Amino acid sequence: MNSKRPVFRHPDLPKNNLGYTRRDYEGLDSTLCAGCGHDSISNSIIQACFELSIEPHRVAKLSGIGCSSKTPAYFLGRSHGFNSVHGRMPSVATGANMANKDLLYIGVSGDGDTASIGMGQFVHVARRNLNMVYIVMNNGCYGLTKGQDSATADKGSSSRKGQPNPFEAIDLCEMAVQLGASFVARGFSGDKEQLVPLLKAAIGHKGFALVDVISPCVTFNNTQTSTKSYHWIRDHMEATATVDFIPQQKEITAQYEQGATQSVSLHDGSAIHLHKSDNSFDVTKKRVAVNALEHHREKGQILTGILHVNETLKDTHDILETTDKPLNTLTKKELCPGNQTLQKIFENYR
Amino acid sequence: MKNLKRINDFVIRFANVNGSGSASANNLFAKAVFRLGVPVSPKNIFPSNIQGLPTWYEVRVSEQGYQGRRGGYDFIVAVNGQTLEKDYDDLLPGGYFFYDSTRALSGHYKRKDITLLGMPLTDICNREIENPKLRPLLKNIIYVGALAHLLDMDFSVLTDSIAKQFSKKPKLAVPNIRALELGFKYASDHFPGACKLSVKRSNKLSTHILMDGNSATALGAVYGGATVAGWYPITPSTSVIEAFDKFTRQHRLDESGKRKAAIIQAEDELAALGIAVGGAWNGARSFTATSGPGISLMNELLGLAYFAEIPVVVVNVQRAGPSTGMPTRTQQSDTLACAYASHGDTKHVLLFPCDPKECFEMAGDSFDIAETLQTPVILMSDLDLGMNDHVCLPMEWDDKRNYRRGKVLDKDQLESMTEDWGRYLDRDGDGICYRTYPGTHPEKGAYFTRGSSHDEYAVYTEDTDAYKRCMERLSRKWVTARTLVPAPRIKRSGKPATWGAIFFGTSTYATYEAIEMLDKKGIALDTMRLRGFPFQDEVLEFIDQHKKLFVIEQNRDGQMRTLLINELGIVLNKLVSVTHIDGTPIDARYISQSIEAVLAKTPKGGAA
Ligand SMILES: Cc1ncc(C[n+]2csc(CCOP(=O)(O)OP(=O)(O)O)c2C)c(N)n1
Ligand code: SF4
Ligand SMILES: [Mg+2]
Repeated sequence: MNSKRPVFRHPDLPKNNLGYTRRDYEGLDSTLCAGCGHDSISNSIIQACFELSIEPHRVAKLSGIGCSSKTPAYFLGRSHGFNSVHGRMPSVATGANMANKDLLYIGVSGDGDTASIGMGQFVHVARRNLNMVYIVMNNGCYGLTKGQDSATADKGSSSRKGQPNPFEAIDLCEMAVQLGASFVARGFSGDKEQLVPLLKAAIGHKGFALVDVISPCVTFNNTQTSTKSYHWIRDHMEATATVDFIPQQKEITAQYEQGATQSVSLHDGSAIHLHKSDNSFDVTKKRVAVNALEHHREKGQILTGILHVNETLKDTHDILETTDKPLNTLTKKELCPGNQTLQKIFENYR
Repeated sequence: MKNLKRINDFVIRFANVNGSGSASANNLFAKAVFRLGVPVSPKNIFPSNIQGLPTWYEVRVSEQGYQGRRGGYDFIVAVNGQTLEKDYDDLLPGGYFFYDSTRALSGHYKRKDITLLGMPLTDICNREIENPKLRPLLKNIIYVGALAHLLDMDFSVLTDSIAKQFSKKPKLAVPNIRALELGFKYASDHFPGACKLSVKRSNKLSTHILMDGNSATALGAVYGGATVAGWYPITPSTSVIEAFDKFTRQHRLDESGKRKAAIIQAEDELAALGIAVGGAWNGARSFTATSGPGISLMNELLGLAYFAEIPVVVVNVQRAGPSTGMPTRTQQSDTLACAYASHGDTKHVLLFPCDPKECFEMAGDSFDIAETLQTPVILMSDLDLGMNDHVCLPMEWDDKRNYRRGKVLDKDQLESMTEDWGRYLDRDGDGICYRTYPGTHPEKGAYFTRGSSHDEYAVYTEDTDAYKRCMERLSRKWVTARTLVPAPRIKRSGKPATWGAIFFGTSTYATYEAIEMLDKKGIALDTMRLRGFPFQDEVLEFIDQHKKLFVIEQNRDGQMRTLLINELGIVLNKLVSVTHIDGTPIDARYISQSIEAVLAKTPKGGAA
């Protein structure tokens, strides 16, 4: 990030396939409140990228505005970052992705940033199936503007200073499934065991991957009466299935029992293994996913895990039939048709 | 009564109902004049509606090559019952009123100073054209045939045009040519020698083309190397992107037929500009095209692009505001909204093309300017320029020209760099810093782009000195910008002139004509056509050289005048506004009359 910052490397730190330590994936020190769920998510992002041996400089991190949107400064310090304006990260990410299809795009947003001001952009980036990981750090409130209810706050839930929220909550995952998002998952900032594989699977997926992460705001929304508080989530969380992400390089072994496992192979040859429990379901079916979400909501539970995957959808570049080379690498020779062609074009204007 | 008698010098106005197929017939007429080598300037004055409302098509035929609107109509083709009375009243004395006489004219039509040319168009259609579906379309072609006789035009130019138009479906040419002949025959039988206006073949046009500004802008974007476009449909800018789409499909495919451009129809203008900003940030030449309401929505992102220093291009094809205003009428009324778009201290580079040639050139240059300066550039076109056809010489592209991508560090430069790099460090003192594209180098050159206050290393800061340093550097960059935008075009009257005239964009051709008209009356004015913002020293010098100056523009409040006063510190009453605000393109007679009226009130000996 900042070239002035000294980098100290401990010789004994574990290294990944690229020879990088986990530290090489860290960013600046966080300025968020101590205990903020968002910081845990940053850590999971760092962990996932480290474990997957992602080249840090081949990642572009983008965000909107909010406490959540500040976090890209706190992870992947060797990646370019773009903290755009409130609710507009999806369009900026779209343009960036159009310019260079070869980078990994990680978008970070908040529930205010996504479900209110940026709802229009969220909807459309999902339906275009832009190849990106879209992380919502969902605390049910506007942290940065001091705790107002957001559109994902559950009806009846109340924050530290607030009255119970009288409005219906928007479930971003359910919406994303209906919109045709090709990968939809939900995690909890306090459950790294689940979140890291979810993020890894989202990264491996080609297309739009939403990871909605419940992330308690310890300052404004972590009370007994809030359904986005640590303890409430811990008590009401239901996982669809435990997730294993198997990168393409690793040999897929037959250690998973048929029948109890659902395997989804991703575009790049990697795979997700879902260890089914009784209440898990077929994640490739949209309707089943919506049913499961509704079913758990009625029971007052929050369903987490991978909710939907569709590896057959085309991403935005495939839909637009853009050339294989990143557009930002094309030279004048490849872009400019030349004067002779220009004069030919003018024949149609005489 | 004295009939107007002129060769290659008149204005003909077609009054139609929109959605009736008149556009292609009227085009056929204008193109025929063009193909006869005579300078022609068609203007489409159309409603914001798909079918059923009045629409006019005005064609100026001018051997002398005047391309602006002149003012007044010498010949009217009146085929819209809704506007018949007004069209009749608007005709100049001595003019010709051509109408569908299937229905007789009522008592209103009593003028003695014009020539009536009634032709039973509907009757002829019903009698001669079997297919009822074709009748309304061919009715328009019939009057074009009649015009060919009335205006003494070479008939083969029309039939050749039809043949060319239907070269892929020659069967369709047959009824069209027959309709032309029907009209021609009726006119020669009934109106021999009735019309003293005529179009004679001329050699005034050589390699000229007849092109709309939006197509030229799109070509400029293709040649300028734009690859990412975000947009949201809005008249009159839509055809910029449609043309960009068409040209890139024809001339920008790779060996396997895949596209070397990504065009995304966004969900709104915020997203449209967001897409362009993201593309530009990531090193692709990126743009959007919009009009007033879109500019209003884009304000926040324009401020981001200004402060985060992202080289994005916005094409603004202006229309009549405020709000939805008159969506299909022209204006130059976004000057201030664009110059200072967004909250906080912001300023944007503006380019003012006056014809398709400049649309092409400035669109091409806009990417060089934006990337050199690392800031948004707004191309200020308008509906008149963008959607109407204009005669101009074909543009040239210098194949030796390279794209100027600005200060971008590549992998090797980063690798060999010994000094410390900061995204916003002003090493060269011109206010422009070195940027890097994401993904360039494994360890060097990454930074965090943000619209919040940042220091030289792109790190968030609330340090007041760091903030001030950044804002002051942006001012330095603004000074550099003056060396990059196109210089004004100054024309001296050759006589001692105490008055000057300043104008820009589509006010250009009508103003030059007005200046000639005034010159003939002994009123000499020097002129300066502005082509870009920020203003260079020449602009101030020209103003200083004159006692008073007219600022001619197409908006109510004299926005360019305000901008000049504000940016250059001009004494208020030194600049006198001539504004034209009705949404039609400004015309020469209006300008010269307005100037004369002001001068008549000014004491002799020039400006007081
Ligand atoms: C156009 C605009 N309106 C309002 C704001 C003020 N604002 C900043 S952050 C924010 C809400 C953020 O909420 P959320 O996205 O949930 O992020 P959190 O802080 O909760 O992580 C608002 C309203 C702004 N920055 N821009
Ligand atoms: S206010 Fe809430 S969301 Fe913001 S940093 Fe503090 S705990 Fe996190
Ligand atoms: Mg929030």
